[in-house]
Amino acid sequence: MTPTHLLFDRIDEPGLNTLQGYEKRGGYSALRKAFAIPQAAIVEEISASGLRGRGGAGFKMGQKASFLPKGEMAKYLVCNADESEPGTFKDRELMQKCPHMLIEGMIITTFATGINHAFIYIRGEYELQADILEAAIAEAEAAGFIGENILGSGHSLKLVLHRGAGAYICGEETGLLDSLEGKRGNPRLKPPFPAIEGLYAGPTLVNNVETLATVPTIINMGGAEYAKIGTEGSTGTKLVSVSGDVQRPGNYEIVLGTSSREIIFDLCGGPKPGRTVKMWFPGGSSSPVLLEEDLDVAYDFDTLAKAGSMLGSGAIIVVDDTHSALEVAQKLTKFYAHESCGKCVPCREGTNWTHKMLARIESGEATPMDLDILASVQTQIIGNCLCVLGDAMAMPVGSIVAKFRDELEAEIEAASERANTVPVAPVQDAIPVGAH
Amino acid sequence: MSYFDKRPPVKRYEHGSRVPGWDEAVDLTKPPATVPDPALTPVPAELREKIEAAMALYPDSKSASIPALHLAQQHHGWCSPEAIEQVACVMQLTPAYLTSVASFYDMFALTPKPKHDVYVCTNISCSLLGADEFYEQMCASAHGHEDIGVRGFECLGACDIGPMASVNGEYVGPLNLFDAQLIVEDLEAGRPVLEHKQLRNRAVADPQGRVADWTGIDPVGQEG
Repeated sequence: MTPTHLLFDRIDEPGLNTLQGYEKRGGYSALRKAFAIPQAAIVEEISASGLRGRGGAGFKMGQKASFLPKGEMAKYLVCNADESEPGTFKDRELMQKCPHMLIEGMIITTFATGINHAFIYIRGEYELQADILEAAIAEAEAAGFIGENILGSGHSLKLVLHRGAGAYICGEETGLLDSLEGKRGNPRLKPPFPAIEGLYAGPTLVNNVETLATVPTIINMGGAEYAKIGTEGSTGTKLVSVSGDVQRPGNYEIVLGTSSREIIFDLCGGPKPGRTVKMWFPGGSSSPVLLEEDLDVAYDFDTLAKAGSMLGSGAIIVVDDTHSALEVAQKLTKFYAHESCGKCVPCREGTNWTHKMLARIESGEATPMDLDILASVQTQIIGNCLCVLGDAMAMPVGSIVAKFRDELEAEIEAASERANTVPVAPVQDAIPVGAH
Repeated sequence: MSYFDKRPPVKRYEHGSRVPGWDEAVDLTKPPATVPDPALTPVPAELREKIEAAMALYPDSKSASIPALHLAQQHHGWCSPEAIEQVACVMQLTPAYLTSVASFYDMFALTPKPKHDVYVCTNISCSLLGADEFYEQMCASAHGHEDIGVRGFECLGACDIGPMASVNGEYVGPLNLFDAQLIVEDLEAGRPVLEHKQLRNRAVADPQGRVADWTGIDPVGQEG
């Protein structure tokens, strides 16, 4: 029988967050195994596993690692533990309950790629998890898993935990690197990609917590065996964070390719009795929304992309029929407008104007024409910025405007009747002075 | 009066992106602050030691600016001009540089802040479950308590316990309107906050992640 739980199996076991508890379960055996095989073979195992990045973009980890230049130079591994995508909280549970799994994965990855400096960038709000990780790193250092000439392998590693200070943009890999260099977290122009020129201008591998924590499992079971789990393009298991209008929200480990209905209804109990699913975000608040009729979509990278959305960070947010589409869209735009770093105009202004335009619907000042303008703003943001923060607002908001147009039009009419104003074309005069 | 006359003027720059301070006038009569002179800037020994330890962790010591600002904020209660000056002195950076960093991140306070931080998540998942109502109740309950600062915060990464709040870094939830008063009482009494709702004691939702002898909070037992 293929295993279904590789990361979360009895993760609540008391003491699993200590070195002793982790080793009792066979922890750090993958590290010993990895030290016995050639470095290139480890990268090959990871490539053979088909492991795709668990942070949002879904890029193949083995491929990313192979982009790093070979040879002696200062290279860095950065674990992205910023986890600030709304709806996502899987890495939190993993780091809190089994921090050594991540640390072991990082040691193996640095050995395989010839990296001697690694960082974990954790969001500043995760104080408990940061404390636990810090203690775990100290334990691993004391046991000789981190430091000079680890277990006689000749591999040396310095691992530093870095706490952020509250900024969504620092989950974006180049924003994260700037922040780690002690700057404001502004994203950088790509290329060069971090694998060529990243932290301190050195080649840098940036991976999500869950991705790195999966590495020991792949070494233990073998890449080919791991690839048998899940579907062809989406191998393995995935931690999903389910939240919003479901009866049993929380983190679940699923085999990729499981039906979304099974996750939302069988595992999480679905919406409260008497309510129905109005829309759901399959991969965090940045993913285009899907509807009730899409519930039977298999939960994997390719099928969700085909359905017009994305797997993203694996955060499912369920919205039931007691909420209006306008309310959801406004929450999203408020967040992205606040978190835009301000570097690129389409994002800085686009998120802000989208939020204002939605506010006008609510205050009764909008016309149905505004919905077209709203949609066109989204298409002007997508692909026009250094990073995808703007796209991350444009995609879900665009999909809400497209899929709930009737409801929004009814809302515009009702609100303008409430406000008892004559709806005129309102956006004309909102163009900033100097724009014409 | 036409429709246009009745409408409030569009506020052009008052948006929420990270550009605080754009409208604060600079005192042009003062020379720009340079890297502080260590001989003239007293820095508490304990703070200096911690900042220097943080700087030693990185290949480039500038990387320690966020950890150092955290340390200074803990020491002084907020990132006061004095605190920034001290960090600048130890790290040999300009105060302007550190202010630019501090103003970017939500967790740094460039104005005096109350002793206790209550961050209420008002993002999508929590708001679907009533976070906005809780935020208002929390503000009302904390009213008159000068040492409690309530802030609406972006997603804190704990949507499984929504609506939730981070009280001095301790995650608690799911919260109901009665909990607001309890949080204030716990803070004023110096007790651990809402111990029965702390995330640290909570079992994972995945049934296969569970263990039989779990002694903490069982989410299924609580809500199921």
